[in-house]
Amino acid sequence: MRRLGALYRKEMQYYFQSTTAYVMIGSFLALSGYFFYSIFRYYNFMSLQVSRDPSIGAGLNLIDGVMRPLMSNMSVVLLFALPLLTMRLLAEEKKQGTFELLLTYPLSDIEAVMGKYLAAVTLFVIMLAGTLLYPALLAVYSKPEMGPLLTSYLGLFLMGCTFIAMGIFFSALTSSQIVAGAATFGISLFFLIIGWAAPFVGPVFSKVLSQFSILEHYDSFAKGIIDLQDVTYYLFITVFFLFATLRFLESPHWRS
Amino acid sequence: MIQTENLTKYYGATVGARNLSFHVERGEVLGFLGPNGAGKTTTMKMLTCYLPPTGGTAKVCGFDILDQSMEVRRRIGYLPERNPLYGDMSVRGYLEFVARIKDVPPHEASGEVDRVIERCGLQAVPHRTIGKLSKGYQQRVGIAQAILSDPELLILDEPTIGLDPKQIIEIRQLIRDLGREKTVILSSHILPEVSQVCNRVIIINRGELIAADTPENLRARLTKSAVIRLRLRDAAETPRASAIIESIDGVLSIREEPETGGTRVFTVESLPEKDIREEVVRRLVREGLPLLEIHREELSLEDIFLQLVTEEVS
Repeated sequence: MRRLGALYRKEMQYYFQSTTAYVMIGSFLALSGYFFYSIFRYYNFMSLQVSRDPSIGAGLNLIDGVMRPLMSNMSVVLLFALPLLTMRLLAEEKKQGTFELLLTYPLSDIEAVMGKYLAAVTLFVIMLAGTLLYPALLAVYSKPEMGPLLTSYLGLFLMGCTFIAMGIFFSALTSSQIVAGAATFGISLFFLIIGWAAPFVGPVFSKVLSQFSILEHYDSFAKGIIDLQDVTYYLFITVFFLFATLRFLESPHWRS
Repeated sequence: MIQTENLTKYYGATVGARNLSFHVERGEVLGFLGPNGAGKTTTMKMLTCYLPPTGGTAKVCGFDILDQSMEVRRRIGYLPERNPLYGDMSVRGYLEFVARIKDVPPHEASGEVDRVIERCGLQAVPHRTIGKLSKGYQQRVGIAQAILSDPELLILDEPTIGLDPKQIIEIRQLIRDLGREKTVILSSHILPEVSQVCNRVIIINRGELIAADTPENLRARLTKSAVIRLRLRDAAETPRASAIIESIDGVLSIREEPETGGTRVFTVESLPEKDIREEVVRRLVREGLPLLEIHREELSLEDIFLQLVTEEVS
């Protein structure tokens, strides 16, 4: 545990000393702030319309009108941002040769991978925590429903953890950061849009595809529902990629 | 300390190491000698549990490198070939990180880091960024992380490569000092280094072990004749001197080197069991020949190495 902590601390230090953290958090908050601003202005405009003609106002509320579109925009930004956070985790150490040294210390593979994984997750949580400013602003002027707000944050958190697990897996496969980042981006985007083909592939495959879709499982969180099936889905993908990473690191032992 | 049996590593079809069996005793400083690509690094990587062997076994500090790798890794300090370091960390920050990773108890960690900083002469730079230090200092940091937590066995892969002559001397001195308390294996293709620092040498070529002995024994084993070189001040006296030396008992051959600045050097080969130096000096001086210098040639490790490696090839 102490060894895991040592690695975790080193990674956090790197994030903050190398300005990675500031650039990531800063640009993520700037982008999501811009989304918040434009969505909120649109919501404002719609509210004025409704005050003139109440018949179009059915279902207009802060959660569905502001937070849901905001969160779905943020999930797309995360799709771009998180691979940048994870691509160097193992690839850089492999390239520099420090990974070899790390593996000759009395440190188990699982400690090495989890130390790094948790560091990336922490930075992601800090990014996400910064966006709590927007619902807080809403709460100053109005009373948004807390339940759906919390569940949609939980959903976004789980989604991010999944992306990060994919990222660390690809970072373990290669010593090139670019390759790791691009592959992570590709696979996460694929998981995000895999459901798009669902309407055209017949009833069985349609079910399969939509069950694999990251977006599909996010939907219920956004509506304020914590469905065990969705939580299981995210945890399963996360654990799967972390497990694959460990198996890959061990591979010299069973391949030779 | 180390016991290997038929240690073998193939990279696909390429041989990294083949049937290496050797042992290292506690307290020894062992040199791994071989041309580039001979399998020195591969062997070290197997001993540090980084690369699993394709065949054979090795025990390090009494533990199997495959089945008890955690126990092995607790007991070794390793300096890999290119000395990989985290360039963006400070010296002290890095060593504190290593102390935590190596399970040094929290209340001892700070003292242990101080100890290795002092041991490796890093007192002047503990807060500097590693990436901005000179190569010599970086090498010291590499050795510092290896000796941190006081392991029984140090494995140093080409510890002096890429350093300037002054730094090389300093690092060698450091390794010699460490060799007094610990078992050390170091690899090198620089031969004088090995003969200066190590008390036993293993020579590998193309993945196979071709010799394992002390530098002195290797030298004796390969000395088929004794060679002395002598210099005469007056080159004009060459024929007379040649005749005198030839008449001495045990001389096998004489070679006259080209004249330099009026002096002449002779290379004289004789039977190894007889030292002819005394006789040569006495006879030449008695004849009034101007002898400037005389010395016995020793086979350098360089010659031994070349001989062994070429024998292997032919």
